[in-house]
Amino acid sequence: MTTTTAPESISASLESATIKSWKAPIAYAIFTLIAILLFVVNGRDGVSRFRLSNEADVIQLAPIDNPTRLTCILLVVLLIAITVYATWLSSRAKRVPLWLTILFAVAFMWAFLTWAAAGETIPITGLLLGTVALSAPLIFGSLGGVISERVGVVNVAIEGQLLAGAFLSAFVASVTGNPWAGLVAAMVAGVLVSFMLAVFSIRYIVDQVIVGVVLNVLVAGLTSFLYSTVLTSNTPLFNSPPRFPRISIPILSEIPILGPVLFRQTVIIYIMYIAVFVVWWGLFRTKWGLRLRAVGEHPQAADTVGIRVNPTRFWNVAIAGAIAGFGGAYFTLGSVGGFTKEMTAGAGFIALAAVIFGRWDPIRATLAALLFGFATNLQNVLGAIGSGVPSEFLLMLPYVVTIFAVAGLVGYVRGPAASGKPYIKA
Amino acid sequence: MSEATATTAPSANEPKRAPEYEERSRSNEVLSDILNGNFVISILAVLFALVIGAILIAVTNEDVQTASGYFFAAPGDTLGAIWNAVSGAYGALFQGSIYNFRRDGFLDGIKPLTDTLTFATPLIAAALGIGIAFRVGLFNIGGRGQMLIAAACAGWVGFSFELPWGVHLALALLAGVVGGALWGGLVGLLKARTGAHEVILTIMLNYVAFYLISWMLRTPGLLQAPGSVNPKSPAMLETAVMPEILGPKYNLHLGFLLVIAATIFAWWLLNRSSLGFTFRAVGENPNAARVAGINVKNTYVYAMLISGGLVGLAGVMQVLGTVTTGFSAGIDAGIGFDAITVALLGRSKPWGIFAAGVLFGAFKAGGFAMQAAEGIPIDIVTVVQSLIVLFIAAPPLIRAVFFLPKQGVRRRTVPSVSKEVTAK
Repeated sequence: MTTTTAPESISASLESATIKSWKAPIAYAIFTLIAILLFVVNGRDGVSRFRLSNEADVIQLAPIDNPTRLTCILLVVLLIAITVYATWLSSRAKRVPLWLTILFAVAFMWAFLTWAAAGETIPITGLLLGTVALSAPLIFGSLGGVISERVGVVNVAIEGQLLAGAFLSAFVASVTGNPWAGLVAAMVAGVLVSFMLAVFSIRYIVDQVIVGVVLNVLVAGLTSFLYSTVLTSNTPLFNSPPRFPRISIPILSEIPILGPVLFRQTVIIYIMYIAVFVVWWGLFRTKWGLRLRAVGEHPQAADTVGIRVNPTRFWNVAIAGAIAGFGGAYFTLGSVGGFTKEMTAGAGFIALAAVIFGRWDPIRATLAALLFGFATNLQNVLGAIGSGVPSEFLLMLPYVVTIFAVAGLVGYVRGPAASGKPYIKA
Repeated sequence: MSEATATTAPSANEPKRAPEYEERSRSNEVLSDILNGNFVISILAVLFALVIGAILIAVTNEDVQTASGYFFAAPGDTLGAIWNAVSGAYGALFQGSIYNFRRDGFLDGIKPLTDTLTFATPLIAAALGIGIAFRVGLFNIGGRGQMLIAAACAGWVGFSFELPWGVHLALALLAGVVGGALWGGLVGLLKARTGAHEVILTIMLNYVAFYLISWMLRTPGLLQAPGSVNPKSPAMLETAVMPEILGPKYNLHLGFLLVIAATIFAWWLLNRSSLGFTFRAVGENPNAARVAGINVKNTYVYAMLISGGLVGLAGVMQVLGTVTTGFSAGIDAGIGFDAITVALLGRSKPWGIFAAGVLFGAFKAGGFAMQAAEGIPIDIVTVVQSLIVLFIAAPPLIRAVFFLPKQGVRRRTVPSVSKEVTAK
């Protein structure tokens, strides 16, 4: 089972016939079984309507009406076909391609939505809009995590960076009355947490996981303490930050489905699009990224060619903190408004999971973060229309899917080689 | 995060002081050992963290803020206000955690200490589990889920069966520990079979457990108390409740003795058993262990089973010892996460964890007293706790703050072999 990650070229030149991975077919089979039990055996009658446009849109798309039982049966047949095809591929020792997994996921999701929304209407744009909103802090957090881990410092402190960013941005934006000042404050807060992470793990060579965990606790304690003593003492002055308004981008925001989802957002979301691209481009296309990755993969070699390992780590961890801090600002300036105790509620840990799930790649980590956001919002939407499933199971869904995905499809992940190891110059 | 990350957890800052003590006069050596010893560093770290906590308390105190407005006119007022705020807070902390001088008689005065031990009980149990996982190189963030599952199993046995005294408690205890062990072992199994990262798995299983238990608690016929609409279980039957070992006056229950036993077990397991040896070998270097013929995958499964079982013990303590009137989905009370800090402070060594757990229990007991008496939010305790862990992990910082001599700086020889950690 360990051979799935072997590069294809190698496995093809060696005894490729003996290499068989059954993980993907097994994962497919389990989901197909769930689909048969839920959607066919326990099937529901009615019509499920997917609404694609809002009333205000210029271009109106007609809603899609799915006859619930028929659609479910057709989709389940498709799922069975995909499973059989994957099994055939595996028995011939071929890799199950990624597009097959995506097709499977889409079909399963469509069937699930159809089944859950029998006799109801699901606003698809609303579902996706909420997805982007809920994913924003996760994406910023995971970008920070990717940079930090790529340079060789394990960043368990994402939660702390988000929380510090949320706290300071709320405070500064309230006092100054300017959300932009709050945004800068959020970056500063993230950088401060990063500085502590960097000082303790690089200068004092404390284990990076320890520092990360402890910083999370420290920031949670500190922000809660200051919230109780300072922010609540004068809420109108200290804890009522102005929020960023939604900005519609002309033309782009009129694209059906995608427009309202992607281009009618607050400025933080637009910064997020840029950040994802810049981090990806920077990491893999620039000198900065090459050096960063060299330090994270093989610090000794990097040192040999003249890269200063520890300063590189120090400043890139600071950048990572600034990005994660941005995500914290989204909690206060982008969505909720005021700061509340431990308002990040584990988002940093989900972002950490997204980093690993996305194999330390900014684009993949973003997709993983979107998956978590989608699943969380799915629960909100289905909870609102009242489907037959207990809401706890919907809430559980993203985490169960992640476990299956990580166990069945991702398998052994290999992080940056020197991540977590201090570099002590001889 | 690589696998080796957590591997280095127990010995984070040890490799630096290898062979530098050779020609040094004996008296100097003794003095320097005392100054540099772990004990002094730990005491100073606690002291330094308390000083920072004191600064926070003073800065946010209203009297201090008022008095500092006219600081240059009457500096004594400010200093007095600072003294009042800080001494009041730490006085309440001490009286709430160790000995209350305001009460008459020793038996009443010592009650806070037994509260401390009561708070420490589940913390130590959970931290032992997480510490053992650390020693195998696994980072178990799943304490919350394991505790919840264990609490549900133990609670279910505790409120639904009519069994004789003793048997009932033992059975409930067993059910909880097994539940926690299986929930933890699932992580080990998935990691061993598929290579999935344990950090993701444990985080995800925390949520799965939380929602699963939430659903069961609000579904009649599963865990919900009959005739109730609240998401809460019925109260435990008398026969399943842990007896109070010092009489009804104190809250300290049988769990504390169990935790001492668990600490002895963990010590024996890690230091005296062959399984513990394989644990430590895998933790130090899984590749070397594999070459030496150790089945690394099975070791992960066993480690997570035992880790989950010990964390589960903490869940059992909560449901059969601390909150016996029925539990809700918040029964874990954040212990699963606090235990990570306790395990780190105790350097993943059983008796170290025991001491760290008692210290954190004292902070918790005293923190509640401080909040009640002085109106200082209990969160300050969290701040002080995390600072202690940070400072203890970074002895050079403490030495710099207290102007202690640097360790081994006199005869620092440059070793011929480069000492940096090479990247495989």
